[in-house]
Amino acid sequence: MSVAASAPASTSPVSAQEAYLDELFDKGILLDTGVDGLYGRSDVFEDVIQAFDRLITRYGAQDRATPIHFPPGISRPLFEKSGYMKSFPQLAGTVHSFMGGEADHCTLLAELEAGQDWTGQQTATDIVLTPAACYPLYPTVAKRGPLPVDGRLYDLQSYCFRHEPSKDPARMQMFRMREYVRIGSPEQVQAFRETWLERGQAMMGSLGVPLKVDLANDPFFGRAGRMLANNQRDTGLKFELLIPVTSEEKPTACLSFNYHQDHFGSLWNIPTSNGDVAHTACVGFGMERVALALFKHHGTDTAQWPQAVRQVLWPK
Amino acid sequence: MNDKIRDILDQTAKLPVKAATLSDDADLHEAGLTSFASVQLMLALEDAFDIEFPEQMLNRRTFASIKAIQSAIAELTQTAA
Ligand SMILES: [Zn+2]
Repeated sequence: MSVAASAPASTSPVSAQEAYLDELFDKGILLDTGVDGLYGRSDVFEDVIQAFDRLITRYGAQDRATPIHFPPGISRPLFEKSGYMKSFPQLAGTVHSFMGGEADHCTLLAELEAGQDWTGQQTATDIVLTPAACYPLYPTVAKRGPLPVDGRLYDLQSYCFRHEPSKDPARMQMFRMREYVRIGSPEQVQAFRETWLERGQAMMGSLGVPLKVDLANDPFFGRAGRMLANNQRDTGLKFELLIPVTSEEKPTACLSFNYHQDHFGSLWNIPTSNGDVAHTACVGFGMERVALALFKHHGTDTAQWPQAVRQVLWPK
Repeated sequence: MNDKIRDILDQTAKLPVKAATLSDDADLHEAGLTSFASVQLMLALEDAFDIEFPEQMLNRRTFASIKAIQSAIAELTQTAA
């Protein structure tokens, strides 16, 4: 799963986004923490997230995916090997801690007291915040040796971090992403992605929101990134399901359908049953974004949502 | 220029075959040029020929074959001169 193309250019969408954020604060659906993109969630908001989570499970259960539960952090050595810093250095969040002695502690306290930057002494730990739910999975799968003939399918959910502070409530810095990840032959993973392109549209259509599916690219960094993004589009490796939330022209990516070819399979050395390099694909569900789209289209009072939509989310 | 491009291909593109065995028209993506390797190739070409590929050239077509690379470089060195 990933984010939509780029920051808003004109001023009117910005104010529409801020207006929606203010409305969510006013109604108590999200809680302001003082940091853009970092919000508390009300019970009402969580109720929608959980209902949507169960809806995904209803659509996906027939495939019998293996659930794995990772905390929202990954090993720094594995993160380094993942190549994330090549592609998205601007989004990564590393965890640092104080590792000094008593004298260093005194310095730190003095800096804090004086309102100076006290973070200079913080040292990188072995943990990096998870940037996408599927990142911790590949090295885990690689350790299990060659895939079975049918390949493998996993069901993941994680809080993810991306450093892109914004007044757009749909662009959070800490948010949940659920993913199904298919690992196998090119045919197996492409069939998986096709299935979810269909299912995702049927599922979101049942929630009474306008949507479209479009070709997309990840926000790769710099000039090299421009090339990676163009290649990704030219080869149709990424599609997004878009729902207008605060802008019709720049609808929000709520689901993404990603085919990585053999990128992760060769990076982590995952062989298929016949020894070829495994291909991978994932479908990602932006949990908060879907909830925000529902609140936008059906109102902030879930009791007043259309009966058909309520029936899908909270079946009796 | 052709030989120089082939040298750079061998050094950066990580193809399973030697560039000398490829015809000028051979499809480099089909020959195994990955997206990340094509970035390395692009940067090495810029260094070697002292050029900068403009944004509209940063795509698969520009690096699709030795011939395509050759004409891209020719175009850029001409306009620079
Ligand atoms: Zn993924």
